[in-house]
Amino acid sequence: MPAVYWHSWLVVVLFLVLGVALAFGLLGLGSLFRPHQPSAAKKTPYESGAIDIVEAKEVRFNVRYYLFALMFVLFDVETVFLFPWAVAFNRLHLFGLIEAFIFLAMLGVGLAYAWKKKVLRWQ
Amino acid sequence: MLLNLTGLLTAPFTWLNLLWMFVEVLVMLVIILIYVMAALYGERKILGHIQLRPGPNRTGPGGVLQPVADVIKLLFKEDVIPAEADVAVFKIAPVIAFVPSFMTFAVAPWAPNVLFTDLNVGVLYFTAVTGITTIGIVSGGWSSGSKYPLLGGMRGAAQLISYELPLVMSILGVVLMAGTANMAGIVEAQQKWWFFFPQILGFVAFFISVSAEMNRTPFDLPEGESEIVAGYHTEYSGFRMALWMLGEYTYIFADGLLCATLFFGGWHGPWLPGWLWLLIKAMIFVFLAIWTRGTLPRMRSDTLMVFAWKFLLPLAMANLIITALVKAAIAGWF
Repeated sequence: MPAVYWHSWLVVVLFLVLGVALAFGLLGLGSLFRPHQPSAAKKTPYESGAIDIVEAKEVRFNVRYYLFALMFVLFDVETVFLFPWAVAFNRLHLFGLIEAFIFLAMLGVGLAYAWKKKVLRWQ
Repeated sequence: MLLNLTGLLTAPFTWLNLLWMFVEVLVMLVIILIYVMAALYGERKILGHIQLRPGPNRTGPGGVLQPVADVIKLLFKEDVIPAEADVAVFKIAPVIAFVPSFMTFAVAPWAPNVLFTDLNVGVLYFTAVTGITTIGIVSGGWSSGSKYPLLGGMRGAAQLISYELPLVMSILGVVLMAGTANMAGIVEAQQKWWFFFPQILGFVAFFISVSAEMNRTPFDLPEGESEIVAGYHTEYSGFRMALWMLGEYTYIFADGLLCATLFFGGWHGPWLPGWLWLLIKAMIFVFLAIWTRGTLPRMRSDTLMVFAWKFLLPLAMANLIITALVKAAIAGWF
C-alpha cells in the first residue's frame, strides 16, 4: 500500500511544532528559576572591560561577504536544477546528459571567470 | 522497534493516528535529548583522554552526571539581554537555529518499516532545512549589538553558504547513482555495495563540507574563541546559550545519519536490526567529529573560503560528471 502523500508532510509539521515547543518550553521553564536583576554594567556589550566607543552596527566589515553571497545564489540555483535531472537521469537519456553537461560547463565558465577576476581570493 | 511507523503513513487519516504520529515524534525528541546529554559527556571525556587528562570525573561515578549538572546550572542562570541588542531578533535567533536541526530527523530512514516520513525529496528537504540555521546564526550575531558576535555571524553566514555548495554537489552524485532523492530509496539502492566505494571523491567533498557545516573545529571560525571571544553567541547566557549548544550537538547526530544513509548503506548490516545499524554508523560519525576536534588546529579564515570554492566545489562537480558518464556508459548510451 503506498504512503498517503500529505501524511509525510503532516509528520514534518509535527516535527516543527514539537521543536518550537521544546525551545520555548525550556526557556519558559528557565524563567521560573532564573533571577532577573538587570544592571547598566551587565547590559553593556562584551568588550573585555573597556567601554566601547563605536556602536556595533556602525562597524564595517569586509565587502567580500556580499560577493560570496552573490556567488552562492548563482550556484545554489544551479543545484536546484540539477536535482530533477539526477532523479530522472534514466528517462531523460542522452539528451538530458548533454543538456546537463552544457549547463554545468556554463557554470564552470562562470566559476573560472570569478576565479580569474580574483573574486575568490580573501584578503 | 515495536511501532510500525510506516503503517501510520499508509493508513487512512484518523485523529487516533495523528496522536500516534505525535507520540512517535515525541519519542524521537526524547531520544535526541538523551543523545545530547551523552554526547556532551562523551565529547568532554574523549577530548580529555586525547589531551592526556581524565576529563570530568567529580559529578557522579566517572563524572557521568556532569551534563545533568550543566543543564541545571544553565536553567538557574540569568538571561542577560544587552542594552544595544535588537530584543525580538535576539530572543528568537537561537530558536531559529535549533528547530531545523530537529526537523532534519523527519527524513531519517531507520529501517524499512521505521520511517517517519516517505518524502520523495528527502535529501533536498534535509539540505533545505539545514540552510535555515544560517539565518539563525547571522541574525543572532547581528542582533547582539556587539562587535564580536557581528563578526562571528558574518563569518558563519559566509562559511555555511560556501560549504553548502560542495555538500549539495557531492550529495547529487549519490542521488544520481540511486536514481532517487528519497532517503529510504537511497538505502535500498545500496543493497549490494555501499556508495562509499564508487563515490569516494564525493565522500571526501561531503565529509569536509559537512564538518564545516557543523561549525566545529577545524572549521569553528564563527565562534573562534581565541580571536572573536565566542563569535555569534558571545552575548548569550543562560538557557538561550544552551539552545545554541543543543542545536550544534543535534546537528552532529543528524549529519551522522545523513552520512550513514548516503555513503554507508544506512540500515543494511548483518545480525542486528536495521535501526541499530544506522545508530551505530551515526555514532561512529559523531566520534569522528569529536576526534577531529581534538586533533586538528583551526583553519585560517583566508584559506577557508578559498578551499571551499577552488578545491571542494570543482572536486564535487568533477565527481558528479564522472558519475554521470560512468552511469551512461554502463547503460550503454554511447
